[in-house]
Amino acid sequence: MSTLVLVEHEDGEIRPATFSVIAAAAKIGGDVDLLVAGSDASGVAQKAAAIAGVNKVMLADNAAYAHELAENLSALVVKHAGGYSHILFAATAAGKNVMPRVAALLDVSGISDIIEVKSEDTFVRPIYAGNALATVKSSDAVKVVGVRTTAFDAVAEEGGSASVETVDAGDISDKVSFVGQELSQSDRPELTSADIVVSGGRGMQSGENFSMLDDIAGKLNAAVGASRAAVDAGFVPNEYQVGQTGKVVAPDLYLAVGISGAIQHLAGMKDSKVIVAINKDEEAPIFQVADYGLVADLFDALPELSAALDS
Amino acid sequence: MKIIVGVKRVLDYNVKARVKADKSGIELANVKMSMNPFDEIAVEEALRIKEAGNADEVIAVSIGSSQSQETIRTALAMGADRGILIETDELLEPLAIAKLFKHLVEKEEPGLVVLGKQAIDDDANQTGQMLSALTGMSQATFASKVEFDGDHLKVTREVDAGLESIKVAMPAIVTADLRLNEPRYAKLPNIMKAKKKPLEVIAVADTGVDVSSGLSVVEVNEPPKREAGVIVKSVAELVDKLRNEAKVI
Repeated sequence: MSTLVLVEHEDGEIRPATFSVIAAAAKIGGDVDLLVAGSDASGVAQKAAAIAGVNKVMLADNAAYAHELAENLSALVVKHAGGYSHILFAATAAGKNVMPRVAALLDVSGISDIIEVKSEDTFVRPIYAGNALATVKSSDAVKVVGVRTTAFDAVAEEGGSASVETVDAGDISDKVSFVGQELSQSDRPELTSADIVVSGGRGMQSGENFSMLDDIAGKLNAAVGASRAAVDAGFVPNEYQVGQTGKVVAPDLYLAVGISGAIQHLAGMKDSKVIVAINKDEEAPIFQVADYGLVADLFDALPELSAALDS
Repeated sequence: MKIIVGVKRVLDYNVKARVKADKSGIELANVKMSMNPFDEIAVEEALRIKEAGNADEVIAVSIGSSQSQETIRTALAMGADRGILIETDELLEPLAIAKLFKHLVEKEEPGLVVLGKQAIDDDANQTGQMLSALTGMSQATFASKVEFDGDHLKVTREVDAGLESIKVAMPAIVTADLRLNEPRYAKLPNIMKAKKKPLEVIAVADTGVDVSSGLSVVEVNEPPKREAGVIVKSVAELVDKLRNEAKVI
Protein backbone atom coordinates (compact mmCIF):
# COMPACT_ATOMS: atom_id res chain seq x y z
CA MET A 1 0.00 0.00 0.00
CA SER A 2 1.36 3.42 -0.91
CA THR A 3 -0.05 6.88 -1.43
CA LEU A 4 0.77 9.58 -3.95
CA VAL A 5 0.05 13.20 -2.98
CA LEU A 6 0.00 16.05 -5.49
CA VAL A 7 1.84 19.01 -3.93
CA GLU A 8 0.22 22.43 -4.31
CA HIS A 9 2.59 25.36 -4.34
CA GLU A 10 2.91 28.96 -5.45
CA ASP A 11 5.77 31.45 -5.50
CA GLY A 12 8.24 28.77 -4.43
CA GLU A 13 6.31 27.87 -1.27
CA ILE A 14 4.24 24.77 -0.55
CA ARG A 15 0.65 25.73 0.21
CA PRO A 16 -0.52 24.91 3.78
CA ALA A 17 -3.27 22.65 2.37
CA THR A 18 -0.65 20.11 1.25
CA PHE A 19 0.58 19.51 4.82
CA SER A 20 -2.95 18.50 5.83
CA VAL A 21 -3.27 16.16 2.84
CA ILE A 22 -0.03 14.44 3.86
CA ALA A 23 -1.52 14.03 7.35
CA ALA A 24 -4.52 12.24 5.79
CA ALA A 25 -2.11 10.08 3.78
CA ALA A 26 -0.28 9.15 7.00
CA LYS A 27 -3.62 8.02 8.52
CA ILE A 28 -4.15 5.68 5.56
CA GLY A 29 -0.73 4.13 6.23
CA GLY A 30 2.02 2.85 3.94
CA ASP A 31 4.60 4.91 2.08
CA VAL A 32 3.76 8.50 1.20
CA ASP A 33 5.27 9.83 -2.02
CA LEU A 34 4.86 13.38 -3.29
CA LEU A 35 4.56 14.69 -6.83
CA VAL A 36 5.73 18.25 -7.47
CA ALA A 37 4.77 19.69 -10.83
CA GLY A 38 5.87 23.17 -11.73
CA SER A 39 7.99 25.50 -13.73
CA ASP A 40 11.41 25.85 -12.12
CA ALA A 41 10.18 23.91 -9.09
CA SER A 42 13.33 22.22 -7.81
CA GLY A 43 13.33 24.49 -4.74
CA VAL A 44 9.77 23.36 -3.96
CA ALA A 45 10.83 19.72 -4.40
CA GLN A 46 13.66 20.24 -1.87
CA LYS A 47 11.17 21.68 0.62
CA ALA A 48 8.81 18.79 -0.07
CA ALA A 49 11.62 16.30 0.63
CA ALA A 50 12.12 17.85 4.07
CA ILE A 51 8.51 17.24 5.17
CA ALA A 52 8.20 14.72 8.03
CA GLY A 53 7.13 11.23 6.98
CA VAL A 54 7.70 11.56 3.23
CA ASN A 55 9.26 8.59 1.43
CA LYS A 56 10.05 10.00 -2.00
CA VAL A 57 9.50 13.15 -4.04
CA MET A 58 8.95 13.10 -7.79
CA LEU A 59 9.67 16.36 -9.60
CA ALA A 60 8.23 17.17 -13.02
CA ASP A 61 9.75 20.46 -14.08
CA ASN A 62 8.06 21.93 -17.12
CA ALA A 63 6.79 25.37 -18.07
CA ALA A 64 3.42 23.78 -18.88
CA TYR A 65 2.83 23.23 -15.14
CA ALA A 66 3.13 26.90 -14.20
CA HIS A 67 -0.59 27.53 -13.84
CA GLU A 68 -2.07 24.25 -12.58
CA LEU A 69 -4.01 23.57 -15.77
CA ALA A 70 -6.13 20.49 -15.10
CA GLU A 71 -5.52 18.79 -18.46
CA ASN A 72 -1.75 18.81 -17.98
CA LEU A 73 -1.70 17.98 -14.27
CA SER A 74 -4.11 15.06 -14.61
CA ALA A 75 -2.11 13.55 -17.47
CA LEU A 76 1.05 13.82 -15.37
CA VAL A 77 -0.50 12.24 -12.28
CA VAL A 78 -1.95 9.37 -14.30
CA LYS A 79 1.40 8.78 -15.99
CA HIS A 80 3.08 8.29 -12.59
CA ALA A 81 0.14 6.65 -10.79
CA GLY A 82 1.30 3.08 -11.39
CA GLY A 83 1.67 1.02 -8.24
CA TYR A 84 -0.12 3.46 -5.93
CA SER A 85 -3.15 2.30 -3.96
CA HIS A 86 -4.21 5.87 -3.11
CA ILE A 87 -3.87 9.22 -4.86
CA LEU A 88 -4.70 12.25 -2.73
CA PHE A 89 -5.48 15.86 -3.56
CA ALA A 90 -6.35 18.85 -1.43
CA ALA A 91 -10.01 19.86 -1.73
CA THR A 92 -8.96 23.33 -2.89
CA ALA A 93 -10.07 25.00 -6.12
CA ALA A 94 -6.95 23.59 -7.81
CA GLY A 95 -7.36 20.10 -6.34
CA LYS A 96 -11.08 19.91 -7.14
CA ASN A 97 -10.27 20.84 -10.71
CA VAL A 98 -7.84 17.95 -11.18
CA MET A 99 -8.95 15.10 -8.89
CA PRO A 100 -12.08 14.01 -10.82
CA ARG A 101 -10.13 13.96 -14.10
CA VAL A 102 -7.56 11.62 -12.60
CA ALA A 103 -10.33 9.38 -11.27
CA ALA A 104 -12.11 9.27 -14.64
CA LEU A 105 -8.88 8.57 -16.54
CA LEU A 106 -8.25 5.64 -14.17
CA ASP A 107 -11.93 4.61 -14.50
CA VAL A 108 -12.62 4.78 -10.75
CA SER A 109 -15.01 6.82 -8.61
CA GLY A 110 -13.56 9.97 -7.09
CA ILE A 111 -14.16 10.52 -3.38
CA SER A 112 -14.63 14.23 -2.67
CA ASP A 113 -13.78 16.19 0.43
CA ILE A 114 -13.11 13.46 3.02
CA ILE A 115 -13.07 14.53 6.67
CA GLU A 116 -12.06 11.19 8.21
CA VAL A 117 -10.08 8.09 7.29
CA LYS A 118 -11.83 5.05 8.82
CA SER A 119 -9.56 2.53 7.14
CA GLU A 120 -7.62 2.20 3.91
CA ASP A 121 -10.86 1.82 1.92
CA THR A 122 -13.45 3.57 4.08
CA PHE A 123 -13.84 7.31 4.42
CA VAL A 124 -16.31 9.84 5.86
CA ARG A 125 -17.46 12.84 3.83
CA PRO A 126 -20.09 15.50 4.38
CA ILE A 127 -23.10 15.66 2.04
CA TYR A 128 -26.10 18.01 1.85
CA ALA A 129 -24.11 21.08 2.92
CA GLY A 130 -22.72 19.25 5.92
CA ASN A 131 -26.16 18.27 7.24
CA ALA A 132 -25.23 14.59 6.96
CA LEU A 133 -22.04 12.57 7.04
CA ALA A 134 -21.74 9.67 4.61
CA THR A 135 -19.40 6.79 5.32
CA VAL A 136 -18.31 5.41 1.96
CA LYS A 137 -16.36 2.28 1.09
CA SER A 138 -14.37 1.91 -2.11
CA SER A 139 -13.58 -1.39 -3.78
CA ASP A 140 -11.71 0.35 -6.62
CA ALA A 141 -8.08 -0.72 -7.16
CA VAL A 142 -6.97 2.89 -6.73
CA LYS A 143 -8.65 5.28 -4.34
CA VAL A 144 -8.67 8.79 -5.79
CA VAL A 145 -9.51 11.15 -2.97
CA GLY A 146 -9.97 14.86 -2.23
CA VAL A 147 -9.11 15.85 1.34
CA ARG A 148 -10.88 18.56 3.32
CA THR A 149 -7.80 20.19 4.76
CA THR A 150 -9.45 21.70 7.85
CA ALA A 151 -10.23 18.17 9.06
CA PHE A 152 -6.59 17.04 9.32
CA ASP A 153 -3.82 18.64 11.39
CA ALA A 154 -0.87 19.62 9.24
CA VAL A 155 2.27 17.47 9.42
CA ALA A 156 5.60 19.06 10.36
CA GLU A 157 7.30 20.92 7.52
CA GLU A 158 10.71 19.68 8.65
CA GLY A 159 12.21 16.47 9.89
CA GLY A 160 12.11 14.35 6.77
CA SER A 161 14.90 13.52 4.35
CA ALA A 162 13.27 12.03 1.28
CA SER A 163 15.04 11.62 -2.03
CA VAL A 164 14.09 13.78 -5.02
CA GLU A 165 13.78 12.09 -8.36
CA THR A 166 13.16 13.92 -11.63
CA VAL A 167 10.36 12.41 -13.71
CA ASP A 168 9.12 12.97 -17.24
CA ALA A 169 6.27 15.31 -18.02
CA GLY A 170 2.95 13.85 -19.11
CA ASP A 171 1.11 14.82 -22.28
CA ILE A 172 0.78 18.57 -22.62
CA SER A 173 -2.55 19.83 -23.99
CA ASP A 174 -2.60 22.44 -26.73
CA LYS A 175 -6.32 23.04 -26.19
CA VAL A 176 -5.97 25.16 -23.07
CA SER A 177 -3.85 28.14 -22.15
CA PHE A 178 -3.55 30.45 -19.19
CA VAL A 179 -4.53 34.06 -19.91
CA GLY A 180 -4.16 35.94 -16.64
CA GLN A 181 -5.24 36.30 -13.06
CA GLU A 182 -6.62 38.87 -10.69
CA LEU A 183 -5.62 38.01 -7.16
CA SER A 184 -6.83 40.05 -4.24
CA GLN A 185 -4.03 41.51 -2.17
CA SER A 186 -4.23 41.15 1.57
CA ASP A 187 -1.83 41.43 4.51
CA ARG A 188 -4.15 39.23 6.55
CA PRO A 189 -3.51 35.53 7.16
CA GLU A 190 -4.92 33.09 4.62
CA LEU A 191 -8.62 32.41 5.26
CA THR A 192 -8.54 28.60 5.38
CA SER A 193 -5.55 28.40 7.73
CA ALA A 194 -6.15 31.41 10.02
CA ASP A 195 -6.62 30.81 13.78
CA ILE A 196 -9.26 33.52 13.94
CA VAL A 197 -11.75 34.49 11.24
CA VAL A 198 -13.92 37.61 11.31
CA SER A 199 -16.78 37.40 8.80
CA GLY A 200 -19.38 39.87 7.63
CA GLY A 201 -22.74 39.31 5.99
CA ARG A 202 -25.48 41.31 4.35
CA GLY A 203 -25.89 43.24 7.61
CA MET A 204 -22.62 45.05 6.84
CA GLN A 205 -24.67 47.02 4.25
CA SER A 206 -21.69 48.07 2.12
CA GLY A 207 -18.15 47.20 1.12
CA GLU A 208 -16.81 50.31 2.87
CA ASN A 209 -18.16 49.06 6.19
CA PHE A 210 -15.93 45.99 5.91
CA SER A 211 -13.09 48.30 7.01
CA MET A 212 -14.56 47.92 10.53
CA LEU A 213 -13.95 44.18 10.26
CA ASP A 214 -10.47 44.76 8.80
CA ASP A 215 -9.68 46.89 11.84
CA ILE A 216 -10.77 44.17 14.27
CA ALA A 217 -9.07 41.47 12.21
CA GLY A 218 -5.85 43.49 12.37
CA LYS A 219 -6.02 43.56 16.16
CA LEU A 220 -6.66 39.80 16.37
CA ASN A 221 -4.31 38.79 13.53
CA ALA A 222 -7.42 37.29 11.94
CA ALA A 223 -8.50 36.63 8.37
CA VAL A 224 -11.62 38.33 7.00
CA GLY A 225 -14.40 36.23 5.49
CA ALA A 226 -17.90 36.84 4.22
CA SER A 227 -21.23 35.17 3.63
CA ARG A 228 -22.51 34.51 0.14
CA ALA A 229 -25.01 37.35 0.57
CA ALA A 230 -22.17 39.81 1.15
CA VAL A 231 -20.27 38.53 -1.86
CA ASP A 232 -23.32 38.53 -4.13
CA ALA A 233 -24.10 42.09 -3.03
CA GLY A 234 -20.61 43.04 -4.22
CA PHE A 235 -19.33 44.11 -0.77
CA VAL A 236 -16.21 41.91 -1.08
CA PRO A 237 -14.66 39.64 -3.75
CA ASN A 238 -15.73 36.01 -4.03
CA GLU A 239 -12.54 34.58 -2.49
CA TYR A 240 -13.82 35.85 0.88
CA GLN A 241 -16.82 33.53 0.73
CA VAL A 242 -17.18 30.99 3.51
CA GLY A 243 -19.74 28.25 2.89
CA GLN A 244 -20.78 25.12 1.04
CA THR A 245 -19.76 26.67 -2.26
CA GLY A 246 -16.96 28.86 -0.94
CA LYS A 247 -14.19 28.06 1.49
CA VAL A 248 -14.48 25.76 4.48
CA VAL A 249 -12.83 27.09 7.62
CA ALA A 250 -12.41 25.64 11.11
CA PRO A 251 -10.54 28.28 13.13
CA ASP A 252 -10.26 28.53 16.93
CA LEU A 253 -12.56 31.55 16.84
CA TYR A 254 -15.14 32.46 14.19
CA LEU A 255 -16.80 35.84 14.62
CA ALA A 256 -19.95 36.17 12.48
CA VAL A 257 -21.13 39.75 12.14
CA GLY A 258 -24.44 40.58 10.47
CA ILE A 259 -24.73 37.00 9.17
CA SER A 260 -28.11 35.27 9.54
CA GLY A 261 -26.66 31.75 9.36
CA ALA A 262 -28.15 30.13 6.22
CA ILE A 263 -27.49 26.40 5.71
CA GLN A 264 -25.01 27.19 2.95
CA HIS A 265 -22.95 29.44 5.26
CA LEU A 266 -23.04 27.09 8.27
CA ALA A 267 -21.61 24.34 6.04
CA GLY A 268 -18.42 26.34 5.78
CA MET A 269 -17.80 27.26 9.42
CA LYS A 270 -19.68 25.08 11.88
CA ASP A 271 -16.60 23.06 12.81
CA SER A 272 -14.97 26.18 14.26
CA LYS A 273 -13.94 25.72 17.90
CA VAL A 274 -15.70 28.81 19.25
CA ILE A 275 -18.39 30.65 17.30
CA VAL A 276 -19.44 34.18 18.18
CA ALA A 277 -22.43 35.87 16.56
CA ILE A 278 -23.25 39.56 16.57
CA ASN A 279 -26.67 40.19 15.05
CA LYS A 280 -29.54 42.50 15.83
CA ASP A 281 -32.12 39.81 15.01
CA GLU A 282 -32.34 37.52 18.01
CA GLU A 283 -34.21 34.95 15.87
CA ALA A 284 -31.30 34.59 13.42
CA PRO A 285 -30.35 30.90 13.01
CA ILE A 286 -26.68 31.75 13.61
CA PHE A 287 -27.50 31.98 17.36
CA GLN A 288 -28.36 28.26 17.37
CA VAL A 289 -24.74 27.36 16.67
CA ALA A 290 -23.01 30.29 18.40
CA ASP A 291 -21.17 29.67 21.67
CA TYR A 292 -21.50 33.36 22.47
CA GLY A 293 -24.18 35.55 21.02
CA LEU A 294 -24.60 39.29 21.26
CA VAL A 295 -27.92 40.74 20.15
CA ALA A 296 -26.90 44.23 19.09
CA ASP A 297 -26.58 46.58 16.14
CA LEU A 298 -23.21 45.80 14.61
CA PHE A 299 -22.61 49.50 13.95
CA ASP A 300 -22.64 50.05 17.73
CA ALA A 301 -20.94 46.78 18.67
CA LEU A 302 -17.98 46.81 16.28
CA PRO A 303 -16.50 50.16 17.39
CA GLU A 304 -16.96 49.08 21.01
CA LEU A 305 -15.29 45.76 20.28
CA SER A 306 -12.42 47.51 18.55
CA ALA A 307 -11.91 49.76 21.57
CA ALA A 308 -12.19 46.83 24.00
CA LEU A 309 -9.48 44.93 22.14
CA ASP A 310 -7.09 47.88 22.66
CA SER A 311 -7.44 47.74 26.41
CA MET B 1 -23.89 24.70 -32.62
CA LYS B 2 -25.79 22.71 -30.04
CA ILE B 3 -25.45 23.19 -26.32
CA ILE B 4 -26.15 20.38 -23.87
CA VAL B 5 -27.02 21.57 -20.40
CA GLY B 6 -27.21 19.18 -17.45
CA VAL B 7 -29.92 19.57 -14.81
CA LYS B 8 -30.26 17.56 -11.60
CA ARG B 9 -33.31 17.18 -9.40
CA VAL B 10 -32.23 17.67 -5.79
CA LEU B 11 -33.69 18.44 -2.37
CA ASP B 12 -34.64 22.13 -2.41
CA TYR B 13 -31.83 24.28 -1.05
CA ASN B 14 -34.06 25.78 1.63
CA VAL B 15 -35.00 22.41 3.11
CA LYS B 16 -32.89 21.02 5.93
CA ALA B 17 -31.81 17.47 5.07
CA ARG B 18 -32.94 14.82 7.56
CA VAL B 19 -31.12 11.52 7.87
CA LYS B 20 -33.34 8.41 7.60
CA ALA B 21 -33.76 6.39 10.80
CA ASP B 22 -32.11 3.35 9.21
CA LYS B 23 -29.07 5.48 8.24
CA SER B 24 -29.37 4.45 4.61
CA GLY B 25 -29.59 7.98 3.29
CA ILE B 26 -31.57 11.21 3.39
CA GLU B 27 -35.36 11.35 3.71
CA LEU B 28 -36.63 12.38 0.26
CA ALA B 29 -40.28 11.26 0.49
CA ASN B 30 -42.74 14.16 0.64
CA VAL B 31 -40.10 16.89 0.68
CA LYS B 32 -39.76 19.71 -1.80
CA MET B 33 -37.42 18.95 -4.70
CA SER B 34 -36.07 21.54 -7.14
CA MET B 35 -33.51 22.05 -9.84
CA ASN B 36 -29.98 22.17 -8.44
CA PRO B 37 -29.21 25.93 -8.13
CA PHE B 38 -25.94 25.66 -10.07
CA ASP B 39 -27.83 23.98 -12.91
CA GLU B 40 -30.28 26.89 -13.12
CA ILE B 41 -27.25 29.09 -13.67
CA ALA B 42 -25.99 26.65 -16.32
CA VAL B 43 -29.36 26.75 -18.14
CA GLU B 44 -29.42 30.55 -18.01
CA GLU B 45 -25.91 30.75 -19.47
CA ALA B 46 -26.79 28.33 -22.28
CA LEU B 47 -29.86 30.43 -23.11
CA ARG B 48 -27.86 33.66 -23.11
CA ILE B 49 -25.30 32.10 -25.47
CA LYS B 50 -28.11 31.08 -27.81
CA GLU B 51 -29.78 34.51 -27.56
CA ALA B 52 -26.45 36.14 -28.44
CA GLY B 53 -26.43 34.11 -31.65
CA ASN B 54 -23.62 31.77 -30.67
CA ALA B 55 -25.76 28.62 -30.55
CA ASP B 56 -28.77 27.19 -32.40
CA GLU B 57 -30.22 24.74 -29.93
CA VAL B 58 -30.20 24.13 -26.19
CA ILE B 59 -30.83 20.56 -25.03
CA ALA B 60 -31.63 20.04 -21.35
CA VAL B 61 -30.51 16.65 -20.06
CA SER B 62 -31.24 14.99 -16.74
CA ILE B 63 -30.28 11.58 -15.42
CA GLY B 64 -32.48 10.19 -12.70
CA SER B 65 -35.96 8.96 -11.82
CA SER B 66 -39.01 9.67 -14.00
CA GLN B 67 -39.77 12.66 -11.74
CA SER B 68 -36.68 14.34 -13.19
CA GLN B 69 -38.96 15.10 -16.17
CA GLU B 70 -40.30 17.99 -14.03
CA THR B 71 -36.79 19.38 -13.76
CA ILE B 72 -36.34 19.14 -17.53
CA ARG B 73 -39.73 20.86 -18.03
CA THR B 74 -38.47 23.69 -15.83
CA ALA B 75 -35.45 24.09 -18.11
CA LEU B 76 -37.77 23.98 -21.15
CA ALA B 77 -39.95 26.67 -19.57
CA MET B 78 -36.86 28.83 -19.07
CA GLY B 79 -36.21 28.48 -22.81
CA ALA B 80 -34.40 25.24 -23.61
CA ASP B 81 -35.53 23.70 -26.93
CA ARG B 82 -35.86 20.03 -26.07
CA GLY B 83 -35.14 17.60 -23.28
CA ILE B 84 -33.61 14.19 -22.80
CA LEU B 85 -34.08 12.09 -19.68
CA ILE B 86 -31.87 9.08 -19.10
CA GLU B 87 -34.08 7.24 -16.69
CA THR B 88 -32.82 5.27 -13.70
CA ASP B 89 -34.04 4.76 -10.16
CA GLU B 90 -30.51 4.20 -8.90
CA LEU B 91 -28.49 7.01 -7.35
CA LEU B 92 -25.51 7.08 -9.69
CA GLU B 93 -21.99 8.23 -8.88
CA PRO B 94 -20.52 11.14 -10.91
CA LEU B 95 -18.40 8.67 -12.93
CA ALA B 96 -21.51 6.87 -14.22
CA ILE B 97 -23.24 10.21 -14.87
CA ALA B 98 -20.18 11.40 -16.83
CA LYS B 99 -20.21 8.20 -18.90
CA LEU B 100 -23.91 8.68 -19.71
CA PHE B 101 -23.26 12.29 -20.70
CA LYS B 102 -20.42 11.06 -22.92
CA HIS B 103 -22.89 8.74 -24.63
CA LEU B 104 -25.11 11.76 -25.40
CA VAL B 105 -22.15 13.88 -26.47
CA GLU B 106 -21.24 11.25 -29.05
CA LYS B 107 -24.84 11.16 -30.27
CA GLU B 108 -25.60 14.89 -30.32
CA GLU B 109 -22.10 16.31 -30.94
CA PRO B 110 -22.62 19.58 -29.04
CA GLY B 111 -20.12 22.43 -29.28
CA LEU B 112 -20.58 23.14 -25.62
CA VAL B 113 -21.73 21.30 -22.49
CA VAL B 114 -22.71 23.49 -19.56
CA LEU B 115 -23.09 21.92 -16.12
CA GLY B 116 -23.32 23.25 -12.58
CA LYS B 117 -20.04 23.12 -10.67
CA GLN B 118 -21.58 20.85 -8.04
CA ALA B 119 -24.89 19.39 -6.93
CA ILE B 120 -26.00 20.56 -3.49
CA ASP B 121 -26.94 17.02 -2.43
CA ASP B 122 -23.80 14.93 -2.97
CA ASP B 123 -21.52 18.02 -3.03
CA ALA B 124 -19.15 16.02 -5.24
CA ASN B 125 -17.99 18.65 -7.75
CA GLN B 126 -16.79 15.96 -10.17
CA THR B 127 -19.09 15.37 -13.17
CA GLY B 128 -17.86 18.16 -15.49
CA GLN B 129 -14.20 17.34 -14.93
CA MET B 130 -14.85 13.63 -15.50
CA LEU B 131 -16.78 14.29 -18.69
CA SER B 132 -13.89 16.38 -19.97
CA ALA B 133 -11.39 13.64 -19.15
CA LEU B 134 -13.56 10.98 -20.86
CA THR B 135 -14.40 12.94 -24.01
CA GLY B 136 -11.24 15.00 -24.50
CA MET B 137 -13.40 18.14 -24.65
CA SER B 138 -11.80 21.18 -23.00
CA GLN B 139 -12.48 21.86 -19.35
CA ALA B 140 -13.37 25.23 -17.82
CA THR B 141 -14.61 24.81 -14.27
CA PHE B 142 -16.05 27.24 -11.68
CA ALA B 143 -16.82 29.78 -14.40
CA SER B 144 -17.94 33.29 -13.50
CA LYS B 145 -17.68 34.67 -17.06
CA VAL B 146 -17.75 33.05 -20.49
CA GLU B 147 -16.73 34.94 -23.64
CA PHE B 148 -16.56 33.69 -27.23
CA ASP B 149 -13.33 34.21 -29.14
CA GLY B 150 -13.62 32.53 -32.55
CA ASP B 151 -13.34 28.79 -32.05
CA HIS B 152 -12.14 29.35 -28.48
CA LEU B 153 -13.77 30.35 -25.23
CA LYS B 154 -12.23 32.73 -22.75
CA VAL B 155 -13.45 31.72 -19.32
CA THR B 156 -12.95 33.59 -16.06
CA ARG B 157 -12.72 31.09 -13.21
CA GLU B 158 -13.18 31.49 -9.48
CA VAL B 159 -10.07 30.16 -7.75
CA ASP B 160 -9.02 30.29 -4.09
CA ALA B 161 -7.00 33.49 -4.35
CA GLY B 162 -9.29 35.42 -6.68
CA LEU B 163 -10.04 35.05 -10.37
CA GLU B 164 -8.09 33.58 -13.25
CA SER B 165 -8.85 33.42 -16.94
CA ILE B 166 -8.05 30.64 -19.34
CA LYS B 167 -8.64 30.14 -23.04
CA VAL B 168 -9.94 26.76 -24.16
CA ALA B 169 -10.56 25.27 -27.59
CA MET B 170 -14.09 24.25 -28.53
CA PRO B 171 -15.84 21.90 -28.07
CA ALA B 172 -15.72 22.61 -24.36
CA ILE B 173 -17.29 21.80 -21.02
CA VAL B 174 -18.06 24.69 -18.71
CA THR B 175 -19.13 24.26 -15.08
CA ALA B 176 -21.02 27.22 -13.67
CA ASP B 177 -20.20 29.02 -10.45
CA LEU B 178 -22.74 31.12 -8.55
CA ARG B 179 -21.70 34.45 -9.96
CA LEU B 180 -21.91 33.50 -13.63
CA ASN B 181 -25.38 35.01 -13.99
CA GLU B 182 -28.80 35.59 -12.41
CA PRO B 183 -31.20 32.89 -13.68
CA ARG B 184 -34.53 34.06 -15.11
CA TYR B 185 -37.92 32.95 -13.83
CA ALA B 186 -40.10 30.90 -16.14
CA LYS B 187 -43.26 32.84 -17.01
CA LEU B 188 -46.64 31.09 -17.03
CA PRO B 189 -47.14 31.12 -20.85
CA ASN B 190 -43.67 29.61 -21.19
CA ILE B 191 -44.50 26.92 -18.64
CA MET B 192 -47.57 26.05 -20.76
CA LYS B 193 -45.49 26.03 -23.97
CA ALA B 194 -42.84 23.86 -22.31
CA LYS B 195 -45.39 21.07 -21.97
CA LYS B 196 -45.44 20.74 -25.76
CA LYS B 197 -41.69 20.71 -26.25
CA PRO B 198 -40.14 17.32 -27.09
CA LEU B 199 -38.81 15.26 -24.19
CA GLU B 200 -37.13 11.98 -25.06
CA VAL B 201 -36.84 9.32 -22.37
CA ILE B 202 -34.06 6.74 -22.66
CA ALA B 203 -33.58 3.84 -20.26
CA VAL B 204 -30.08 3.50 -18.85
CA ALA B 205 -30.01 -0.11 -20.12
CA ASP B 206 -30.53 1.13 -23.70
CA THR B 207 -27.43 3.32 -23.59
CA GLY B 208 -25.10 0.35 -23.21
CA VAL B 209 -23.15 2.32 -20.61
CA ASP B 210 -21.71 0.44 -17.64
CA VAL B 211 -22.93 2.35 -14.57
CA SER B 212 -21.53 0.03 -11.92
CA SER B 213 -19.59 1.74 -9.18
CA GLY B 214 -16.72 0.76 -6.92
CA LEU B 215 -18.07 3.10 -4.29
CA SER B 216 -20.82 2.18 -1.83
CA VAL B 217 -22.42 4.07 1.03
CA VAL B 218 -21.97 2.17 4.30
CA GLU B 219 -24.16 4.50 6.32
CA VAL B 220 -25.29 8.09 6.61
CA ASN B 221 -25.24 9.80 10.00
CA GLU B 222 -26.24 13.09 11.55
CA PRO B 223 -23.25 15.35 12.14
CA PRO B 224 -22.35 15.98 15.79
CA LYS B 225 -24.64 18.62 17.28
CA ARG B 226 -23.25 21.85 18.68
CA GLU B 227 -24.42 22.73 22.17
CA ALA B 228 -26.45 25.93 22.37
CA GLY B 229 -24.34 28.78 23.71
CA VAL B 230 -25.00 31.79 25.88
CA ILE B 231 -26.25 35.23 25.01
CA VAL B 232 -24.02 37.94 26.44
CA LYS B 233 -25.33 41.36 27.35
CA SER B 234 -22.49 43.61 26.26
CA VAL B 235 -19.33 43.83 24.20
CA ALA B 236 -17.34 44.01 27.47
CA GLU B 237 -18.83 40.74 28.65
CA LEU B 238 -18.14 39.15 25.24
CA VAL B 239 -14.48 40.17 25.27
CA ASP B 240 -14.15 38.97 28.87
CA LYS B 241 -15.61 35.55 27.98
CA LEU B 242 -13.37 35.19 24.93
CA ARG B 243 -10.28 36.13 26.95
CA ASN B 244 -10.92 34.31 30.21
CA GLU B 245 -13.43 31.52 29.53
CA ALA B 246 -12.81 30.39 25.94
CA LYS B 247 -9.24 31.74 25.94
CA VAL B 248 -9.25 32.25 22.20
CA ILE B 249 -8.00 35.86 22.13
